[in-house]
Amino acid sequence: MSSPKQDRLPFEKPIYEMEEQLAEMEAQYAHRKDVADPQASEQIRILRRQLAELKRLIYTNIEPWDRVKVSRHRNRPQSRDYINLIFDDFVEIHGDRAIGDDRAIVTGFARLEDQKVLFVGHQKGRTLSERTTCNFGCAHPEGYRKALAKMKLAAKFGLPIVSFIDTPGAYPGIAAEERGQAAIIAENLMAMSMLNTPIVCVVIGEGGSGGALGIGIGDRVGMMEHAYYSVISPEGCATILWKTAEKAPLAASALRMIAPDLLRMGIIDGIVEEPLGGAHRDHRQAANSLKSFLVKSFRDIAAQPRESLLELRYQKFRKIGVFEEGVVAAPVIAEDVPTPVVLG
Amino acid sequence: MPTKPGASSNGWHGQSEPRGVPVGVFMPCDSCGATLFRKQVERNLNVCPECSHHFTVTAHERILQLLDTDTFEEWFADLRPGDPLGFNDRRPYPDRVKAEQERTGLTEAAVVGQGFIKGLRLVFGVTDSGFIMGSMGSVVGEKLTRAIEEATKQQLPIIIVSGSGGGARMHEGIYSLMQMAKVSSALARHHAAGGLYVSVLTNPTMGGVAASFASLGDIILAEPKALVGFAGPKVIAQTVRVRLPEGFQTSEFLLEHGFVDKIVLRKDLRSMLAQLIDYVTP
Ligand SMILES: [Zn+2]
Repeated sequence: MSSPKQDRLPFEKPIYEMEEQLAEMEAQYAHRKDVADPQASEQIRILRRQLAELKRLIYTNIEPWDRVKVSRHRNRPQSRDYINLIFDDFVEIHGDRAIGDDRAIVTGFARLEDQKVLFVGHQKGRTLSERTTCNFGCAHPEGYRKALAKMKLAAKFGLPIVSFIDTPGAYPGIAAEERGQAAIIAENLMAMSMLNTPIVCVVIGEGGSGGALGIGIGDRVGMMEHAYYSVISPEGCATILWKTAEKAPLAASALRMIAPDLLRMGIIDGIVEEPLGGAHRDHRQAANSLKSFLVKSFRDIAAQPRESLLELRYQKFRKIGVFEEGVVAAPVIAEDVPTPVVLG
Repeated sequence: MPTKPGASSNGWHGQSEPRGVPVGVFMPCDSCGATLFRKQVERNLNVCPECSHHFTVTAHERILQLLDTDTFEEWFADLRPGDPLGFNDRRPYPDRVKAEQERTGLTEAAVVGQGFIKGLRLVFGVTDSGFIMGSMGSVVGEKLTRAIEEATKQQLPIIIVSGSGGGARMHEGIYSLMQMAKVSSALARHHAAGGLYVSVLTNPTMGGVAASFASLGDIILAEPKALVGFAGPKVIAQTVRVRLPEGFQTSEFLLEHGFVDKIVLRKDLRSMLAQLIDYVTP
């Protein structure tokens, strides 16, 4: 998928340059297709291989801050893209029955292969008008209340829940505070822990703090390879600690907010592999990996004793935390990040 | 345990440093500007005798104010923070923790245990806004979760007094965020088992603390004019680019919008807690 120049990420510059070079060569070759030119076709083949190698090289050495930029890429697939590519027969349902219908969160019934599910997910929007309507994926209390109302509906009728997380954070505004942003998110955390139906959550892009966690309690939590999940945005952290948002790259590393770190720390259960060069380059391939992850996760949950679902969900979050206890011991020091296990 | 002035810790969401009560014979009131006798303020539960401004109090003072004398038994006091991220901003996180421990005399921002209020046994937890902004990392989350689980098991009411300008503790990254899930899940079970939880909001209660246990009480009380909210006022002002309304994110604002049951003066808090617990206890 080609991107307009303004959407190009600086660290991807060599990729775009080679892609242009390749496109030019291919155009020239297509022009003279009537004449057999084994040399030109060989050159194209070599360049394609080099391009794949370059993407692999750049994306395997990607810095946390660059991942954050990939996670925010305008062409990155969002909830509605995945709804089209992964699920069948989507029926959107709206509203929190109290305040309104928050477009920053999409909810509806869908089919995942032969399984009926309830879908919940943040939606950021792509065009300016969409993004304004969706408030850039920053939900108000009514968004979280809507999500909870539909999830309770799902639990009542035994539908498993799929939750896609993609938000910079819950909206920080006057109306959001008036309508109890903190109280509503808290309510969701508490209620989701007791919803007696399987829940699979995946951070598909940005996992911004409480706004992400507000639909993030489940039996399996996955992350797309280039998503991030953090207690605070790198810019917010940098502003507090170093008094300037320009230190965001430093904060992005310090916070350990990328998928391989979170897998190692036991916060997530799996990483969904993205197409080479990021999900924004190939929505369909990204959707295929994500679909496999969902299907596998629900199958794994189904293999557990049904009556232990809530106990296992409780223990999943209960065990998270790093502290010392008892006699004074040597301080815990974080080690270097080993190569992660990547699930398809 | 008075807080020394000038000691620094990290802000969160741009919150200002809680000042506590500066050491000295006289002290100014943050709210009305009056010069006050420190002793007199202390005798008045750290409330300004002139304007009734509620100064922040330490966990230790809070226990003395609310529980029957000498009935508090601390639990899990040996839990201490680790450094899971190897976090280092202007100083390594373990050094920051050590400095806070020395400055406050606490091992962490939360103190939990059991005690009595007017003869009634209960589980009590308090977060001290003077310890790294009262923010919730793994230890705060773990202590509160254990306390809640214990309350559920022993069928006791639990009171948690929140004071946190810091919300979730950024130095522990995602572990802090997940404490919100952990504590809230424990409260879900406590509620499901018919247990009573009274949440008391004090100045300030923000971010991830407000968006988890502080908002999940059967009954939610607040001290007057406490700052309570999700996003910090500075962040909101930068985002919406309008002047924030007078009294925005105060206890009174929350009461008006339906998120607090009652605003209670500090001098009445102990008897109000006893009365409310009595109403819902057979
Ligand atoms: Zn005063």
